[in-house]
Order: sequence, then C-alpha cells, then structure tokens
Amino acid sequence: MPGSVASSGRLAVQGVAKVFDGTTVLDGVDLEVDDGATVSLLGPSGSGKSTLLRIVAGLERPDAGSVSIDDTEMTARPAHERGVGVVFQDQALFPHLDVAGNVAYGLRMQRVDRSERRRRASATLEAVGLPGYETRDPATLSGGEAQRVALARALAPEPRVVLLDEPLAALDQLLRERLLLELRSIFDSLGVTVVAVTHDPTEAAALGERVAVLLGGRIAQVGAPGEVLARPASADVAGLVGHRNVAEGVVADGAVRTPWGKLPVGEHPDGPVSVLLQPDQVVSSTSGSLSGAVTGLIFRGGSAFAVVEGDDWPALDVRADPAWRVGDRVSLAVEPDAVHLMGTEAS
Amino acid sequence: MTARRLLTAVVFVVPVAFFAVFFAVPAVTLVTTGLRGGGAWELGEVGDVLGSASTRRVAWFTLWQAAVSTAATVALALPAAWIIGRVHMPGRALFSAVMVVPFVLPTVVVGTAFLAVLGADGPVRTVGSSFGLDIDLRQSATAVIIAHVFFNYAVVARTVGAAWLAVDPVTEEAARTLGASRWRAFRDVTLPQVRPALAGAAAIVFLFTFTSFGVVKILGGPRVATIEVEIHRVTTQLLDLRTAAVLSLLQLAAVIAALALYRRAGRRRGIGRLRAGRSVLRRAVGWERAVVAGTLLSSGLLLGVPIATLAWRSIDTAGGPGLGYYRALDTVGRGTVAFVPPTEAIRNSLVFGFAAATTALVVGGLAALGIHRLGGRARGFADSSLMLPLGTSAVTVGLGFLIALDEPPLDLRTSPVLIPAAQAIIAIPFVIRTMLPAMEAIPSRLREAASSLGASPWRVWTSIDARLLRRPALVAYGFAFAISLGEFGATVFIARADAPTVPVAIFRALSQPGALNIGQAMALSTILLTMTTIVMVVVDRVGDARVGGF
Repeated sequence: MPGSVASSGRLAVQGVAKVFDGTTVLDGVDLEVDDGATVSLLGPSGSGKSTLLRIVAGLERPDAGSVSIDDTEMTARPAHERGVGVVFQDQALFPHLDVAGNVAYGLRMQRVDRSERRRRASATLEAVGLPGYETRDPATLSGGEAQRVALARALAPEPRVVLLDEPLAALDQLLRERLLLELRSIFDSLGVTVVAVTHDPTEAAALGERVAVLLGGRIAQVGAPGEVLARPASADVAGLVGHRNVAEGVVADGAVRTPWGKLPVGEHPDGPVSVLLQPDQVVSSTSGSLSGAVTGLIFRGGSAFAVVEGDDWPALDVRADPAWRVGDRVSLAVEPDAVHLMGTEAS
Repeated sequence: MTARRLLTAVVFVVPVAFFAVFFAVPAVTLVTTGLRGGGAWELGEVGDVLGSASTRRVAWFTLWQAAVSTAATVALALPAAWIIGRVHMPGRALFSAVMVVPFVLPTVVVGTAFLAVLGADGPVRTVGSSFGLDIDLRQSATAVIIAHVFFNYAVVARTVGAAWLAVDPVTEEAARTLGASRWRAFRDVTLPQVRPALAGAAAIVFLFTFTSFGVVKILGGPRVATIEVEIHRVTTQLLDLRTAAVLSLLQLAAVIAALALYRRAGRRRGIGRLRAGRSVLRRAVGWERAVVAGTLLSSGLLLGVPIATLAWRSIDTAGGPGLGYYRALDTVGRGTVAFVPPTEAIRNSLVFGFAAATTALVVGGLAALGIHRLGGRARGFADSSLMLPLGTSAVTVGLGFLIALDEPPLDLRTSPVLIPAAQAIIAIPFVIRTMLPAMEAIPSRLREAASSLGASPWRVWTSIDARLLRRPALVAYGFAFAISLGEFGATVFIARADAPTVPVAIFRALSQPGALNIGQAMALSTILLTMTTIVMVVVDRVGDARVGGF
C-alpha cells in the first residue's frame, strides 16, 4: 500500500459546537481540509482541539454542526463506519496482540484474508520505518517505535482521513524532531488527508502545510505556517505562538501610539488595535529612542535574542548584539517592518 | 430507554434472579424466622435469646478470641511484613509466596492439622513432655488462637509488606537529615504511611476470626465456641431454628459493623507512592540479621509443622508408615461412619466444584459487567448489594438455605443444585472483586482505537474486552473452584448424608472415635490440601503468564 493510497478524502467541519457540563468547549467550528492535505490544529490545552478530533472520528457526538467527508454527511455515523484513522496520544496499542496483529486489526475488521493482511501489515510497517517488527510484543517497544506502530495501525486500512492527537507529546525532544520530519514525508508520499492536533507552535508549523488555530472554541486563524507564526491574527494567537512583544495601541494619522513610542504604520484606519513588534526587527542602535537594560540572553545556535527591560516601557524580546552581556545598558531602534497590527479582541 | 441502558438491564437479569432466589429469599426467611417465630412479631423473645447466659457467653468468647487472634497475628506477622517491604535477601519472593499456602487451605484442613499437632501423640506434647511439661491444648482457646494466627499470617504480612514496599525510603531519610532518630523517623514518617494497610489487614483478620467456623468446630469444645459454632449446634442438636436465626442476625449485625470499619480504613489506603523502578530493598545488617533469622525460623515452624504433621499422621498407621488409610478410602469399612466410601466425597467435591465455579463465574462475571456499565449512584448500590454475601457468614448462608428452600414453592432439599448454589453465593464476591478491576483496567482508548479501525461495538467486545478478560476469568474460576473445594460452613448444613463433600466427610470422620476414622480424616485432609494447592499453583501460573499472538 505505501505510495498507493487510493482514497483520500476532503474533510469539511461546519458549525460544530459541543458543551460539556455547562462549559462551551466548541462554539461553532468551521474547518475545511483538502483532499490529501495536512493541517495542524494548534491550540492551548483546554481549547477543545482533542474534542474536535474526537467529533471528526465519531467518538463524540457534536451538539450542533456537521462533519462530512467527500460531501458525504458523517455526523450521525458511528466511528467504525467512518473510515477515519486515529493515532492516539498514548498510542493505545492492543496489549494482547503483537505488532503485526495491531497493524492488521483494521484489515481484519474489513474481512481481508489472512495472507493479504500479513502482506499489507508488513508493507505498512516498512513504510513507517519498522521492517521486521511483526512479532514484537508492544510492551517491549520504545516510545518512538510505539508511535510508529500506532501510525501504521491507523494507516493500514487505508482510511480517507487520518487524525493524530498530540502525536509527539510522549516523546523526548531529540526523538520528537526526527519523527516530526519523518511524519511529514510519510504523509506527503502517501497523499493521505491528515489533521494533527498539537499545542506546540513549532510542531504545528513543521507538521502541517497549513495551521489552524483553535482558541475559545472557535477557529481563530487558518494559514500557512509562516503566515500564522509571523502575522498572527490577534493578540491571543500571537501569545499562543510565542510572541511577547504585544501591546494595545491606537492608530491615528498613519502612526500607532504604543508603550514603545509612536511608530509609523502606513495605510490603516484609525482606532484601537493590538500591536506586535517582530523581535528580529528591533535592533541595537546608538541613535535608538528606547533605552533599557539587558536582563537575559537566549542563544540558539549562533544567533542570540535578548530580553531588554525598559526604563519606562514594557520589556521587549529583541535581536541581540553579539557583544551584549546581561546588565549592559543598551538603546534600541524599531525598524518600520517590525510593526504588525492586529484587531483587538473587543472588535 | 436507550439501547445501552437496555443492554445493561439485560446483563443484570441473571445475577438479580440468582441473588433473589439464593440470597434474598433465604435472608428474608431468616429474618422472619428470627423475629416472628410463632407467626406474630415477638421481639420480646428475641430479647430472651440475646439476653440468655449462653448467648452472652458465646458472644463474649467470639469477641475476645477474635481480638486476641488479631493482635497475635499482627504482632507475629509484622517482622515478616518488614522483610517483604525492606529486606534484600535470596528467597524473599519464595518466602512471600509460600506463606500464602495456609490462607488458601480449607478451614477443616487447618483444624485437622492442628488437631494432629496438639493431639495426644502430636509434636507439642511430645516436645513438652521431654522437658517435663504436660502441654494439653486440646479443646482450648489457645489452640484456636494459634490456628487463627497460622491461617491469617499472610494477610497481615503481605498486605502490610506491600504497603511498606511502596513507601519511598527517601521520606524517612529526609526525616533523618532533619534530626530525627532512626526510631523517630520510623514512627513519624514510615508508620503513618503503612498504618492504613495495617488497619485494613487487622480489620480483615478480625472479620475472619470473628466468623470462624471450621477451625473452631474442630479444635474447640463445649466452652470454646463462636457464634457460628453455636448456630450450628442449636440447629443440628437442639433443632431450635428460632434461636439459630436470632444468632445469625446478631452475627450479621456484628459483621456489618466490622465491614464498615474496614471500608473506613480502606478509604485512606495508598498513601505511600514510590517512584517507579526504584528499589527500596537492602541487605539486613547488624541486629537486623537476628530479626530476619528469628522471623524465618518462627514462620517456618508455624507454617511448616502443622502441614508436615498432618501429612505424617496420614501415613502413620498402626502397622508403621504406609498408605493403609488412603487404601481404605474407597471402602465403607467397619469402624467407619461413612455411609459412602470417602472416595465418593472426592468425586462429589470435584463435581460440585466445577458446578459452583462455573455458576459463580457466569453470575459474578455478568454482575461485574453490569456494575462496570453503570454509573453514579446506581453503581454504588449495585456494587454493595452484590458484595453482601461477603458480609454474610457461610453458616448464615447454609442456615438460610436450610430453612428457606425446603418447602414449596422452593423445595430444593433434595436437589443437586443446592450445594453448588450455596458455594457460588460465597464465591461470587471474589469473582466480582477479580473481574471488576480487570474490566476497569482496560483503557477506553483501546475500544476507541478498535472502533476507529472499523470494529462494531460487538466486535470491540469480542476482540478487545473478551480477549483481555480471559486471564482474569481463569483466575476467578480457579479461586471459585478452590473456595468450593474447601467450603464447609454452608455445605455442612445442606449436604445430604449420602452425598458428602470432602470437608464434610473429614468432619464426620473426626467426630467419631477410632484410629481408622482419625487416620482417614488425616488422609482426606492431606488429599484436600494437595488439591487446593494444585488449583492455587495453576491460578498463580495463569495469572502471571503472558499471552501473545497474532
């Protein structure tokens, strides 16, 4: 089966709502995933992203809204009649079956005959990089191996849509980065439709062709990873993807008034906005108007970022000058491209 | 009613029907017999029974022997608990496994074994007389208490040992660095973490010894009788069902009180939490070595001597060591009281055992499944109702069967289902306690994974739940079988004279004089001991084995 997924499907979620014990978890979610596309669903814990995933899988019923695959209404269909594969966060491998038994389980449900089951289980194991693992006991697998078996199990019956719930959460950092890239290439080569849930923006960006941000029970933004990370649609999305240079401001006469001074914005209607300053566009400058003290330095490879505590303005994450030491007094300039304006939450 | 609720209701049909006929009917009959013997509600006469000198004497003996038995068991088993929880030594696992043997032995076998130990030619008198002492413990409270310690040693040692093992010694080390002496650190840090397990184990031992029947029936005497024994006596010798029923109610009230205490102790259990993979065991040093040696020696004597003596007496015939008593088992010889050859009793025990274990597994398994499917209040209610037989002594069950199921519309006196049904009622709580945790241990994720892979609800059940419950079901079946093999308290009331089980046959042989009777009792006890041990070893193997497969 590797490379030959015949049946990937277009997934459409419309107006899905879910209330648990009086708490609104999902509040009218719309999401479309093209045939063969990979979308990351990014959200903080408690944002309802796992609930959305369970609703798509048929493990949970929505209170309102619909789920369809290839224009076939699925909302009322039980999980076992949907053809949606799920990779669970804790893998949920069947402890009483060996690896091949786990991978072949879905084929068994489809009444595929035994020798064909064996063949396809082995082929799928090879596709996820675990050739020869057929007779292993799941209890003896490492975290990364178990995650691959779970993926193989979900892929083997050739589902139209595959859902992954925090697929890398259980793994250590090093393994996570390696598997992240591998997952992406497996999805690309199979051409299967994928929705992957995660709370980590880096993971979301690496895994998905597009990133959908779920906040407060609604989709707050959908876009290419670079777009969502660099140009978040709201202060909340900015916070979720890791930005800290965010403040309230007011636009008037082609400039925005911020705690960091008045900055030019070009064409923009007047009124209250949220302002984000891109850290790599705030730089050391002797003629800079913002003076403060370096309170922290973070190195990532050769480049460095600094936290600068202002004399009369909120702290900024900025690109560090290689000569800076913690405690140095510095002055900063905000380059024109640094300013990204977003709608305020109230509007 | 949703499909799910309908299915849950269907699952409960068999257990509820079984409990109605074999538990509720006998229990209600028992209450009405006790409280309105002559047809009217006569609470005054109940007071007469409860206030009589003999009732007070029996109740007092029951209470104090249970308290002393419990205290003695705790005192003797604590060092063993410490060894299990803290000491690294070769054979530690074996020590922990072997000590369970007495606990799974039928009470009649324990009684017979101590009869052999304490009897006229037993090792206690022989050793005593070599020191010029005449130690005669026959028909004494001391004999009963020693047998109770033998029987319950593992309950305390293993329960407390497991809790001790779960206490992270780092907490005690922290106390030491804060200036506590070794004793203070133990008292302030380790003991409070072990105490809930200790209280729970003590409550269980108290319950077992309070309701002790077989051991006391065989080792006791006219003035050494528990409420259970008294119920049997007034029923079979005085034919006074009224008094028996009132005593049963007294027993029931006491047991419910003890169970409530146990639940309170149990609620706070599991305080100690050890990080996984950390070993707390270390070699004994200094004076600890003396404690280890002393504990191993005393537990070896306590557990080993009765079993060895029993086995020896079964081959110690008049003409020297031989299998004479065993050979005589398939005959109705002169000088024996058996209406049927004792080998018949072995066959009966096996047949009843299979029937009772099968019934207990089906009824208890369905009950566990039903409870598992329920939620909230209904679940708590169903759980405690179906566990009720645990709080009802075996003798009460037997008496209830005797007086409730002997007249139309439920005249089962001569029916072969009576004994398996009574034994199943006693075994069902154990089946539920084995199956329910196993059902709950199956992560719901596995079912979700199966259904997302295309398995219908029925196939999820057959390919996931049923497969994962196979081993616990075998363990539960084995337990139920072992319980049935050794069951005495209920069976002795309802076994027909011509169809005894092995424990009943042993009891009958012991109550008659003559070397052949005693020898046959020893031989039958040895056989029963062997059968029970085999069942438990198989259960242990099945419980540990991993089942793989494509």
